[in-house]
Amino acid sequence: MQILKILFKNAFRHKLRTGLTVLSITIALLAFGLLRTVINAWYSGVEASSAYRLVTRNAVSIMFPLPYSYKDRIRQVDGVSEVSWGNWFGGIYIDEKNFFANFAVDARTYFDLYREYAIPDDERTAFFRDRKGFVAGRKLAERFGWKIGDTVVLKGTIYPGNWEFVMRGIYRGREPNADETVFMFHWDYLNESLKKTAPRRADQVGFYMVGIEDPGRAISIAEAIDALFKNSFAETITETEKAFTLGFVAMSDTIITAIQLVSFVVIVIILAVVANTVAMSVRERTNEYAVFKTLGFGGWRIVGLILGESVVITTMGCAVGIAATYPAAALFGKAMGAYFPVFNVEPDTIVLDIVFSLAVGVLAAVIPVYRTLKMKIADGLRMIE
Amino acid sequence: MDAGTIVSIQKLCKSYHRGNQVIPVLSDISFDIAEGEFLALMGPSGSGKSTLLNLIAGIDQPDSGSIVIGDVDVTTLAETELAKWRALNVGFIFQFYNLIPVLTAFENVELPLLLTPLSRSERKAHVEMALRVVGLADRMDHYPSQLSGGQEQRVAIARAIVTDPTILVADEPTGDLDRNSAEEIMDLMDRLNEESKKTIIMVTHDPRAAKKAHVIRHLDKGILTNADPQDTL
Ligand SMILES: Nc1ncnc2c1ncn2[C@@H]1O[C@H](COP(=O)(O)OP(=O)(O)OP(=O)(O)O)[C@@H](O)[C@H]1O
Ligand SMILES: [Mg+2]
Repeated sequence: MQILKILFKNAFRHKLRTGLTVLSITIALLAFGLLRTVINAWYSGVEASSAYRLVTRNAVSIMFPLPYSYKDRIRQVDGVSEVSWGNWFGGIYIDEKNFFANFAVDARTYFDLYREYAIPDDERTAFFRDRKGFVAGRKLAERFGWKIGDTVVLKGTIYPGNWEFVMRGIYRGREPNADETVFMFHWDYLNESLKKTAPRRADQVGFYMVGIEDPGRAISIAEAIDALFKNSFAETITETEKAFTLGFVAMSDTIITAIQLVSFVVIVIILAVVANTVAMSVRERTNEYAVFKTLGFGGWRIVGLILGESVVITTMGCAVGIAATYPAAALFGKAMGAYFPVFNVEPDTIVLDIVFSLAVGVLAAVIPVYRTLKMKIADGLRMIE
Repeated sequence: MDAGTIVSIQKLCKSYHRGNQVIPVLSDISFDIAEGEFLALMGPSGSGKSTLLNLIAGIDQPDSGSIVIGDVDVTTLAETELAKWRALNVGFIFQFYNLIPVLTAFENVELPLLLTPLSRSERKAHVEMALRVVGLADRMDHYPSQLSGGQEQRVAIARAIVTDPTILVADEPTGDLDRNSAEEIMDLMDRLNEESKKTIIMVTHDPRAAKKAHVIRHLDKGILTNADPQDTL
């Protein structure tokens, strides 16, 4: 008990020095936490993907469409429970900087397949009934203040013209990592309009979303689908939703690695800062530790005093850092909402914060502890401050 | 070892090494200290007084020779045993008091008792008693920085006596004090010796301090000579 009291008092002996050290740990953990949250946000689509879904696209590139007629043939493949389809619409709302994902989807099959999106029954019915209706994720609706019944105009980039939609519902994610920023409207509306304005572009599908019964058979089912269209004019590639999403994200693997590297460098720097603080404090008090030893305080008590002080300092920094990570991430998430639909601090990050600060606390004390244990009492007593 | 002898030093040698140079500090020192004795060690700077005191107190190891205190040869003890032995048998008083600045007078005096199985209330009783002996019962909650040098040294003495050790060792206990405070400290040491029959081994440069001692030994270049207290006056 008394040892605890002494090490606490020691930790606060130089308030400025301790304060600055705590501050640097706080900032480091904050940076670490935000960087990790960015990485997690980047991969959130991958995390949210379901093992019960495959995606089929044109073998040449996602930019090339597939015939609408494929849907019936895919549905007949053994193990397929549901087929939905959609097109990336790429519409702009007022200004390019208002970017958000917008798709034309086959609404009925889509909401069957994407159970993680919850939408009230009355809104769903209203959406199904209105050919020009759309639904938006909760965050997207909040971002632009859209209310049910509002008319929203998107300027087409892939499909020219001004497209008018009426908001019929707001969906919410059942899981914290579900994307609540997507704009979805009826594929039929797009297709029928195209039939009138650009018939050659009608009856074409950007990608098929395929529900399967057994994730264990994903590979063989995907192979069976692709075999159907082998040697046709539009060959397909079918992969798990996870692999499909990863395909978009993985382009920036080097950036992710760089960010990861930076966040670990931050930890190493913090180790240097704390180690310096502890070494400085312990060195200044060499003769006090010599007195403790003179009085008969054994090795473990000396270790406890120094290690304890170091861990107290890093724990304070850790606590403040974690406390600050949540509001900082919330702010960051708000500012970057367009790029990161899901921006949550994951429990893993907090666990790592704690593990790292403990490790830094212990490692920072290693050399001072070693020196103090090795120090001859008579030499230590000679050192007058 | 005679009856009544508390410390018996035989053929003690100690040298330091600086690079490959050997600096002899103590050469072949033998003498006894009787129980209840108040011994002053004097001698020029660098003559090895602190070295000798540290050896007796078990915070340094000799090259050869033996130091029997009570019935233990401390030169044979391993580091952890020696630490335990020190905690029970030696009270230290340093020139610069060496109190822990973040602890109050009470807590400083309590430190050596933390290594004993005493309960909190027993420790409190012992600490209060020790502080009363040195006349600082009313300063228990003061931090070292709130005390004068003389008071700090009295707290240090309370810390040294609180475990009721076999011997008290003091290295220039008045070296950093003005004359009045020094006198107070010497009176206190004298009283501890007279009333509590404490065996005291004290290194000092101060003839006035040495006057309180029963025996004065001179150390010069590592060689010991006997002297009568009156000689130094
Ligand atoms: N750790 C050490 N390493 C090398 N030499 C040392 C060491 N400690 C002491 N000495 C040397 O041993 C000799 C005796 O030192 P010691 O401290 O015992 O002297 P002292 O009589 O107490 O002197 P003073 O009156 O100045 O305190 C000195 O020459 C000193 O330089
Ligand atoms: Mg000395």
